[in-house]
Amino acid sequence: MADEKGVMIVGELVRGTPAPICYELLGAGRKLADSLGEQLSILIMADNISSDTTSDLIASGADRVYAVAHPVLGKYHPDSFAAVAEKVAKDKKPNILLMGRTEVGQDLAPMLSYRLDAGLLMDCLDLKIDPASKMMIMERPVYGGNARSVLHCETKPQMASVKPKTQEPLPKDTSRKGEVETISVDLSPSINRTQFVEHISWVSEGVQLESAELIISGGRGIGSTEAYKATIDVAAKVIGGAAGASKAACDAGYAPPGNQVGLTGKRVSPTLYVAVAISGASQHLAGMGTSKNIVAINRDPDANMFKVARYGVVADYKQVMPAFIEKLKELLAE
Amino acid sequence: MHMICLVKQVPDPETPSASFRVDSAANKVVPATGVAPVISPFDEQAVEVALRIKDKHGGTVTAVSMGPASARDAIKHALAMGCDDGILIDGPAFEYTDSYSTAYTLAAAIKKIGDADIILCGRQAADWDGGQVGIIVSEMLGIPALINGQSTDIIGDKKIKFERVLPDGLDVYESATPAVVTFSQEVGQPRYPTLRNIMAAARKEVPVWGPAELGFDPNEAAKSRAKTKLERLFVPVFEAKVEIIEGENPAESGRLLAMKLREAKII
Ligand SMILES: Cc1cc2nc3c(=O)[nH]c(=O)nc-3n(C[C@H](O)[C@H](O)[C@H](O)COP(=O)(O)OP(=O)(O)OC[C@H]3O[C@@H](n4cnc5c(N)ncnc54)[C@H](O)[C@@H]3O)c2cc1C
Ligand SMILES: Cc1cc2nc3c(=O)[nH]c(=O)nc-3n(C[C@H](O)[C@H](O)[C@H](O)COP(=O)(O)OP(=O)(O)OC[C@H]3O[C@@H](n4cnc5c(N)ncnc54)[C@H](O)[C@@H]3O)c2cc1C
Repeated sequence: MADEKGVMIVGELVRGTPAPICYELLGAGRKLADSLGEQLSILIMADNISSDTTSDLIASGADRVYAVAHPVLGKYHPDSFAAVAEKVAKDKKPNILLMGRTEVGQDLAPMLSYRLDAGLLMDCLDLKIDPASKMMIMERPVYGGNARSVLHCETKPQMASVKPKTQEPLPKDTSRKGEVETISVDLSPSINRTQFVEHISWVSEGVQLESAELIISGGRGIGSTEAYKATIDVAAKVIGGAAGASKAACDAGYAPPGNQVGLTGKRVSPTLYVAVAISGASQHLAGMGTSKNIVAINRDPDANMFKVARYGVVADYKQVMPAFIEKLKELLAE
Repeated sequence: MHMICLVKQVPDPETPSASFRVDSAANKVVPATGVAPVISPFDEQAVEVALRIKDKHGGTVTAVSMGPASARDAIKHALAMGCDDGILIDGPAFEYTDSYSTAYTLAAAIKKIGDADIILCGRQAADWDGGQVGIIVSEMLGIPALINGQSTDIIGDKKIKFERVLPDGLDVYESATPAVVTFSQEVGQPRYPTLRNIMAAARKEVPVWGPAELGFDPNEAAKSRAKTKLERLFVPVFEAKVEIIEGENPAESGRLLAMKLREAKII
């Protein structure tokens, strides 16, 4: 176990450019690599990799970029990506292997952990190096966010998938130096044991939830689809933000499934998150607890949402929201 | 068509956060008094999917759980919903494991049961939220895993269709069986047990398998196979610092709130 060295990231590209998680992982990985005095590398897999992309990753903190380009890697598939990442990781023998707990990391990370015979912890919030043992210490939420656990791996590479939007990217520095290593692989499409047939898009109008800086969300207390449209959709539109919902509101059909925020919905971290008639269950907080300004509107003064909120109104939302929306319109028109 | 559902028993995840306690000396959750543990919600949804397939195409469904004696209730729940058989994996040798070690035990059980066409799991267990066990089981069995599903159906001889939920829609896949499939809330409401099924479930024998039945070395605890180690478990504290906005009436509060957000330059 002695020759494993370096922190390696499994990156993700979206239409040829690094996904936000790459920068977040480079920010987190840089700190780990520096405290170990080791190198930070990032593996990217795609059908085509431009030099803009590799330079950008170096400017964002990588000492080395492993670039694997092959036609089969044009669309993410766990089988082909796991095969390539397994080969590279076995060859480079990293001490630490990080990825995002994204749609990609959700199946790729456990598959790789098995193939590398390595321990893995998912959805980590915080990673650091223990000064005495030099092992990576990982903190992750458990019990739907009600508790936190602190763990370490007993095997190498030490693997973690990291919760998106929790790590600070580094400021870009185009004078940073790094190396690009192109790795060629032999892949046949038949490596993918399951076949992608089609993508069915959910129609969503207006601002995308994940990238919105302003979010108005409704919960079970909203009571109906009509009320959700008239209150949450309208308020979101007025402020130029996105509409979100609790799982209970989605399950009840008040809001479309794509609007769900939380542990098993979207993870958001906007400047403003207004929670209307949402109690604040830990699983909901898991998706929005890091928002900069949380507002709770709830008729129950003991609702958990008030514990994380900066501003609160204790009242029936039906009486608060129309006036709130009107005033917002007025203020924003000024 | 034989399906195996992996079901875990968890403390009721709808227990209010205020009554959630941790014994930090033992690194364990203290169960809330008077709240019975439940079948993990996504596992219940996996059972629902298996039963929809059974309703349409026939076949049998076996529910398997690894856990303490109380986990028999999770199996009984699956039987009452309409599963045909249940197996409980229990014994001191299985305590304090991690996702890998849990998958190792469950994969051994699946091999012993034999001839499974589809293995159904939850996307993640509602207690440790790992989201790993189903996928590692698939790797151990050398078969594909399709995750975070809304539905699956049989579309031919040894062939299934699977709809994976993504943030912006669904990806539809086809796969040969056997395969592991994991499910999420998009499945929809699981069925309620019927009285007839509840009575049949109550009478049904649920065999208990220990290390011997799985062919494990009796002296080797599942814990020793774990690749990760828990150091600490605690409840995070949030500092309450909320400013309650109170106008003369709720409408006034709404207007004041809008002005407050403007003043603070949040909007
Ligand atoms: C494994 C697992 C994963 C989960 N994942 C998620 C997830 O991703 N996202 C998520 O949101 N949940 C998730 N949940 C569910 C979560 O535990 C809660 O059940 C859910 O968040 C509750 O939604 P809610 O706050 O809208 O409903 P409730 O808890 O029922 O709260 C409704 C609130 O509305 C208030 N209210 C009612 N009427 C009015 C009114 N007229 N005016 C003002 N206030 C009013 C009430 O006081 C109450 O506080 C998950 C659960 C499990 C077990
Ligand atoms: C005292 C204590 C110490 C622990 N120490 C550690 C530790 O050191 N490291 C660590 O990683 N974890 C530890 N755990 C967590 C625990 O062992 C987890 O249950 C285990 O990691 C399995 O992962 P998961 O529950 O997150 O399952 P997930 O991977 O989230 O489960 C996915 C799906 O797999 C199936 N499944 C999972 N478990 C079972 C089961 N038991 N029976 C049937 N089906 C199942 C279900 O379908 C489930 O929906 C500890 C727990 C306790 C109570």
